[in-house]
Amino acid sequence: MSISELEFQAKTVEDTPGQAIEGRSQWWLTWRRLRKDKMAVAAMIVIVLIALCAILAPVFAAVTGHGPAQVFPNTGVSASGLPVGPGTNGFILGTDELGHDLLVRIMYGAQISLFVGVVTTLIATVAGVSMGLITGYFGGWVDAVLARVIDSVLAFPYIVLALSLAVVFGPSLPIVIAVISFFSWAGIARVVRGQTLSLKEKEYIEAARSLGSGPWRIMFIDILPNLLAPVLVLATLSIPAAIVFEATLDFLGLGVQPPAASWGNILAGAQSYYQEAWWYLVFPALALVITTVAFNLLGDGVRDAMDPRTERIFAAGRKRKRKGTSAPPAGGPSTQYPDPPRQPSPGV
Amino acid sequence: MSEPETLPRADARAGLDGTDDVLVRVDNLVKYFPVRGGGLISRTVAHVQAVDGVSLTIGRGQTIGLVGETGCGKSTLARCIAGLIPVTSGTVTFEGDNITNLSRRRMQPYRREIQMIFQDPYGSLNPRRRVGSIIGDPFAVHKTASGNERKRAVQELMERVGLNPEHFNRYPAEFSGGQRQRIGVARALALRPKLIICDEPVSALDVSIQAQVLNLLADLQQDFGLSYLFIAHDLEVVRHVSNSVIVMYLGRIAEAGPRDPVYDAPRHPYTNALLSAAPAADPDAAAARQRIILSGDVPSPINPPSGCRFHPRCPKAQDLCGQEIPPLEVKAGDPATHVTSCHFPVQEGEVLARAGRAGRQER
Repeated sequence: MSISELEFQAKTVEDTPGQAIEGRSQWWLTWRRLRKDKMAVAAMIVIVLIALCAILAPVFAAVTGHGPAQVFPNTGVSASGLPVGPGTNGFILGTDELGHDLLVRIMYGAQISLFVGVVTTLIATVAGVSMGLITGYFGGWVDAVLARVIDSVLAFPYIVLALSLAVVFGPSLPIVIAVISFFSWAGIARVVRGQTLSLKEKEYIEAARSLGSGPWRIMFIDILPNLLAPVLVLATLSIPAAIVFEATLDFLGLGVQPPAASWGNILAGAQSYYQEAWWYLVFPALALVITTVAFNLLGDGVRDAMDPRTERIFAAGRKRKRKGTSAPPAGGPSTQYPDPPRQPSPGV
Repeated sequence: MSEPETLPRADARAGLDGTDDVLVRVDNLVKYFPVRGGGLISRTVAHVQAVDGVSLTIGRGQTIGLVGETGCGKSTLARCIAGLIPVTSGTVTFEGDNITNLSRRRMQPYRREIQMIFQDPYGSLNPRRRVGSIIGDPFAVHKTASGNERKRAVQELMERVGLNPEHFNRYPAEFSGGQRQRIGVARALALRPKLIICDEPVSALDVSIQAQVLNLLADLQQDFGLSYLFIAHDLEVVRHVSNSVIVMYLGRIAEAGPRDPVYDAPRHPYTNALLSAAPAADPDAAAARQRIILSGDVPSPINPPSGCRFHPRCPKAQDLCGQEIPPLEVKAGDPATHVTSCHFPVQEGEVLARAGRAGRQER
């Protein structure tokens, strides 16, 4: 969206009296651009479907009569004690070695994954934005101390912390959420701090100070709205990272414990059986991959929609395709929105 | 040349336009910015002497013009008076109350009286907030109006400054530069201040829009009895709006006084040079006048020249100028409110030679 286009829109509104005069907000424009991005729309549909699976898991369990922790030693396990394959005895995606219905367990696992992804992202975003605003706006010794805290968190070996917490408190979902949140806020805080450092020098912040606005009002009313775009992108991209992180902890036995189902602990169980029962490994892994890819694509789409400069890059890309050459885009990659917060992305 | 007879005045100060109704009084204001060295533990290695001993008064209902080259401390002085940056030394007095370096809480009542209009109509409005909420900010901060009352007050202000009150729901990006500056004016006006500091309010605008905004400011001054501290580098704009003019050079006042004496008979060589460089509308007059071309740039305020800060570039500089700071005083033949800081003030009809004798550089 170029400035001239904005002005043109303003003019159009002006020229049509009687219509509601409402500023086109940044969000409205972002939403309009996002709707045009086919990848992002597809990702949104996939995410909605996964969320539906998670929400409807109990309904599905009731319909099939297969509870998430219910074992079917007679129909769900073959004579040689191995899981049965997809489509056998009414198990759509097969079973695991104990005779659980794999599809039901994957659907229940989606509940855990989405819940952890969203909750940890909320906690990390609130904490990261607050810390980033405070450290960036106040500066001085506050910044000196808090910036070092952020650096230490980013440098912390996460597996060591997760292991020790699991040993001390016993593995549980709250511990998983605490650990993931603890490692996610710092990346957001660092980005917010940097943006705050540059925003606080703007003349409108000085104007706010000359009106008598206090530091908290300036941080949360004047600076925060200018940060929402990068923060939203970071948050969207931190959900898949948190989902993978959670699956890792479960896989290592530090998180959700069987018989409760999560993608991580299903995969852990599949380790010993994947040679005989490929479905045991493939389907939960597929669920994890599809979910994280969808969130990442959505995050990229949001980033592109928020940054008007990408329109030029898209245009350059289209031109390039027509010409059939592979010259790099003229505008270069956008640098306004930073990469997602550093988060360990372990292979599961 | 002979040293002119001077009338020494103990409290020679700029802007005292014969009025006793003083709104703001600035005494010997000094603002140094520390320059920190690199390295792990940064320490102050030098100071930028942005404002160095400025005294002035602003009378009620008056407009004081503040002119000078870029980097001469005009904006710093304005921010010190507005209480936006702490003062190194000196005092700022508002209606008899000392408001120098007050805490934010104790400054709050004076914020309502002193408002600012900023130079950049694009940078001074938050792009993510609607115009209604920007103009309503003063009411929200000072809790003077809320809800529908605030909305009505905002719309009245918008109408007063010539904006369509129906546009309160729009974003700043949807307005032109002139309209944006009107938004800034409305915001400054919201709390009915007594003093508005205008930091180059029209220099970012087209000439036709400049006139509109200047006329608006003049109307508002009449209606609300405002005082203005008007900073600009456009000398003709300052001449148009001001009762008194202050010329600053490198953090100090070079010359000050009522508008007409300063413009018609400038005494400081720097004022002469500034006026000779200003574009004139009449081409004959422009061709006829004598241009004084100053050589070199403004010296660094970190290490300003000794004595008179203008002496390295001054066409009239003599040895004394590099040794002694000339006092700001009334020169012979000037009205008692016209003060000049110069050892060898320019006489009427005197021709100034090309400036900047290299031998006088003291760096």
